[in-house]
Amino acid sequence: MRTLDLIWLVPAFPALGAAVLLLFGKRIGEPISGWIATGLMCLSFLTSIVMAVAFVGLPSEAEHRHVVTVFDWFASGGFEVKMGFLADPISITWILFVTGIATLIHLYSIGYMHGDARFSRFFAYLNLFVASMLVLVLGSSFLVTFLGWEGVGLCSYLLISFWFERNSAAVAGKKAFVTTRIGDFGFMLAMFLIFAHLGTLDYGAAAEGIGELAGGTATAIALLLFLGAVGKSAQIPLHFWLPDAMEGPTPVSALIHAATMVTAGIFIVARAHPFFEASQVSQDVVMWVGAITALTAATVALVQNDIKRVLAYSTVSQLGYMFLALGVGAYGAAIGLVVAHAFFKAALFLGSGTVIHGTGENQDIRTMGGLRRYMPLTALGFIVAWLAIAGMPPFAGFWAKDEVLAKAFFHGDYAVWVIGLCAAVLTAFYMTRETFLVFLGNERFRAASHGDEAHADHGGGHHEISTESPTVAYPAAPKEPWLTHDPHEGSPTMIAPVLVLAFLAVIGGLIILPFKGIEILGHFLEPAFEGVKPIYPTSFLAGFGLSVLAVGLAATGIAVAVSMYRRGLEDPNDDPIDRRLGALGRVFGNAYYVDSTIGRLVGGPVRAFADWTARVVDQGIIDGAVNGVASGVSAIGGGLRRLQSGIVRQYAIVAFAGVVALLVYVLVRSL
Amino acid sequence: MTFPVLTTLIILPLAGAIATTLVSGKRVESVRIIGQITALATLGVTLWMLADFGTGRAGYQFLSDHSWSSDLGIRWIVGVDGISLFMVVLNAILTPIALLASQRVEVRAKAFTAWILVLEAALMGAFLSLDLVLFFVFFELSLVPMYFLIAGWGHGRRQYAAMKFFIYTMAGSAFLLVGILTVAYLHRDATGLLTFDIRVLQRWAPAGLAPATAAWLFAAFTIAFAVKVPLFPLHTWLPDAHTEAPTAGSVILAGLMLKLGTYGFLRFVLPLFPDPTVRYAWVLLTLSVIGIIYGAIVAAMQPDLKRLIAYSSIAHLGFVVLGIFALTQQGLDGAIFTMLSHGLTTGVLFLIVGFLYERRHTRLIADFGGLWKAAPVMGGLFVMTAFASVGLPGFSGFVGEFLALLGAFLTHRWFAVVAASGVILAAVYLLWAVQRVFTGVPEGENATIRDLSVRELTCVVPLLGLSLFLGFYPRPVLDRIGPSVKAVVTHIERSTGYEAPSPSAPEAEESPAGPESEEAE
Repeated sequence: MRTLDLIWLVPAFPALGAAVLLLFGKRIGEPISGWIATGLMCLSFLTSIVMAVAFVGLPSEAEHRHVVTVFDWFASGGFEVKMGFLADPISITWILFVTGIATLIHLYSIGYMHGDARFSRFFAYLNLFVASMLVLVLGSSFLVTFLGWEGVGLCSYLLISFWFERNSAAVAGKKAFVTTRIGDFGFMLAMFLIFAHLGTLDYGAAAEGIGELAGGTATAIALLLFLGAVGKSAQIPLHFWLPDAMEGPTPVSALIHAATMVTAGIFIVARAHPFFEASQVSQDVVMWVGAITALTAATVALVQNDIKRVLAYSTVSQLGYMFLALGVGAYGAAIGLVVAHAFFKAALFLGSGTVIHGTGENQDIRTMGGLRRYMPLTALGFIVAWLAIAGMPPFAGFWAKDEVLAKAFFHGDYAVWVIGLCAAVLTAFYMTRETFLVFLGNERFRAASHGDEAHADHGGGHHEISTESPTVAYPAAPKEPWLTHDPHEGSPTMIAPVLVLAFLAVIGGLIILPFKGIEILGHFLEPAFEGVKPIYPTSFLAGFGLSVLAVGLAATGIAVAVSMYRRGLEDPNDDPIDRRLGALGRVFGNAYYVDSTIGRLVGGPVRAFADWTARVVDQGIIDGAVNGVASGVSAIGGGLRRLQSGIVRQYAIVAFAGVVALLVYVLVRSL
Repeated sequence: MTFPVLTTLIILPLAGAIATTLVSGKRVESVRIIGQITALATLGVTLWMLADFGTGRAGYQFLSDHSWSSDLGIRWIVGVDGISLFMVVLNAILTPIALLASQRVEVRAKAFTAWILVLEAALMGAFLSLDLVLFFVFFELSLVPMYFLIAGWGHGRRQYAAMKFFIYTMAGSAFLLVGILTVAYLHRDATGLLTFDIRVLQRWAPAGLAPATAAWLFAAFTIAFAVKVPLFPLHTWLPDAHTEAPTAGSVILAGLMLKLGTYGFLRFVLPLFPDPTVRYAWVLLTLSVIGIIYGAIVAAMQPDLKRLIAYSSIAHLGFVVLGIFALTQQGLDGAIFTMLSHGLTTGVLFLIVGFLYERRHTRLIADFGGLWKAAPVMGGLFVMTAFASVGLPGFSGFVGEFLALLGAFLTHRWFAVVAASGVILAAVYLLWAVQRVFTGVPEGENATIRDLSVRELTCVVPLLGLSLFLGFYPRPVLDRIGPSVKAVVTHIERSTGYEAPSPSAPEAEESPAGPESEEAE
């Protein structure tokens, strides 16, 4: 008991780091501030382990939740909220992987951010980001979670637009904050409804009262919370901020995609699952939004040429899988995928960061290729993570995704299962494409003057770079000028995290093995999802058959991609996928034109309306009426036109008029 | 007799103002020192009063009650309760900061300092008066120094703006004066006692006034306060006044003078006219919701940074009025909390815009760019304040707006839903402004802009720090507001058939089936 009372230390360490670095970061300087931040993050991770051990060691079965109140936060009439932290299987799972991965990303950032003018500031934000996420998952009530939720939003803004000198970064940060705020609006309304009907925002007390809710109210609460989740976890239709979020430094992308931000949506649905369980409609909505997002985002990822943009759409797609699982009621499977995804996606992002770093800030996979020769360790990590995300056994991604699909199948949602399988094939394809274009195949990154064999093969010198890309909006064309030196491997502090994460992506599967008796995570989470109907395969053979089918399809996706990209690209401007997809490729490449349509709407009619309101309505009509009345009055007053000298007189007149009116009234009354 | 703390709070700044006029106008330093010492002394007395304030008590504290003009029934009654307490504190905090921020005012610094102190005294008087005529006098008196501050030390169209401000709010006050006198004389007709004591009148008025009379009086008071807030569509004096006012004027105008309107609702309208309040709440709720959305939309399109903040005040004050007319404990708590919080954060925004103007002699958003790089401390603080203003949890703005929305949701669900969308819009206009002013690469004069000086930091950091502190620990404020708010809500409930909803947690719940079982019996 006494150990768990210290659980507030988990967010406190990084919060302390943020405070110290915000105030004194400049004086502390590089690299010490990076080590301070990393050290505190590591302390937080160690504390999380201690907490987890203490939690597992709790005596009885009944004690699967422990609330620690730090102080009273709100008190207004019957509305009371404590700043409290809740230790239960869900929050313990989250703090473990969040702090663990965040520590690795901090360590990586020391190398990645080397030489940046705002080095210390970066680590301050990074610490604050993780602290917010930890408050989010540890909160004992919706409002404390919301504090972390919005803190995460703030930090995503600060970090995505960290290089705010670049306009695109500033815009992307704003876009992320405003878009997720639409979801936050839903979160707030959900809290109002919960308080209005249940009189509390405390998770425990609210769950107890759910039985008394009318079905419609439960549905409304669940859907409003889900709106919040859709915003934070970048699901359709609020998905468009995430691909732009890579404007931030790459470690930030890793953090956002793996640990601190996008899993918040999954978390809140899992945490508030009693509301979803009480409403079949809301579960169906969650499942379908997830399924559609999983497939749609995967199609977009097929043709992206930016190394991080492929990964970004891949995250959107993978999050779709997680929501699909949540909608089916397979909470354990969803969280299993969250953890597995965190491992391999962090590895992929950090690996791509090393690539970007080592190739002179190049992000275009069309002009990479063969990098395994120059950065073998990073390539190793990336390749392992690729196999994991593609769903190859025995990597973690296989077990996690297979579990999600199996649950959907045995729950009887065959349509969703088919969609999931299709997305799995596409995932295998686009990740293979990216891996081959970056690390294998021909070298396409050399400047013409250094022309080597790879380029001499086809007519010497490099190709004319077309400024218009047929398919993809971003980046428009391969980057110029190309490298004049060899790409280089990252520093040890950059390689180590990638390898550790890749290792976790291999063995991470162990905690989510779907075999009875050894499903560690599932068993650990069980008490948190008491009352949820478990989904079992109809027979071992059926389960096994499904797995074989899934692996077979994933392998097909990989095989197709390998056949297309085995040798890399002959011509960086000529990607075979573009040729095969034709017009469809343009639709995919532009992400179904959602982003550009919204951009055009906001820039066009919406702005015109706001401008019309400000100019015509406010200044023209309303203020015009005021000034009209004023000039009318002074015209009647004639001599009172000269306002400057007339203050006292006007005052006297108005006051006098009032007094007269009053006297008349009183007289009439008393007569 | 105990020490008359509250009277001191009114007299002290006034005495300081007189003292400054006695110094030669050439000795600017002495004038400033006298002004600052007075303001700080007032702050000291206020903090002493705050420390002594009895938490958990609903009634007026530190009362003093002296006959002034017995023929007319006017008395010098000053007292403070949870509703006025933090307006007094805010006044005491903002005045020294406004003076400190105005060190660069070289022209007629003596008169400037004196007017600021007179303004402080008038505002103290308005927030402390419990006699309607006394309140009216201070309410009107506060216009005079503000008029001279805008007209004398303002920018471009200052004469126009000052006059518009003066006439517009005066016109509203005419209704207030008529209303005050009518209530008092009707009370005399009924009881034979002529008094303007709010404590006496609010006991009599709810039952004593004929419903139609009450409705007309409600309208008269409401118009006066609605202009002051200002509520849509009576708001157009505000952007002009703010834009042309000197920085100190804007800080006090937004921080305190607008709050005279919302304070008027809380102190006079709700207690005196509970019946029309309940009946016509929807009108004010509608206007406040329009104000929240409309203010945000218009703010977004302003080319002038100061005008943008002025319009954002209309949106923020919309949340206050929404909370007040929610007529629930949470709504009123949230409204009062927002009144305090808005004074802190908008104060900082106006201060920084003022500092920018001193450096660049422009407030046009298009003239700026990349300032975060050129002046990182200023940029960081502005961004932080922008998020505080947007209502990010962890800052005081969230506490107030959340409670106001929650309170409104309990009684007027759909109003709260629409109003809550204002939270998204606030992020849009502020972050867009941040993007245009502070991000990017600075060019020309923007590249060489000075970062904040120690003096400027001294103005800004306490306010922002307070906002952050209250965001995490609002209890000290909420605990002092609560009892007085409860008294107002109970007063309305007793005077009308209205019943404020109070959802309770399942554990503490005696009977979710309570009303039903009563019906069954």
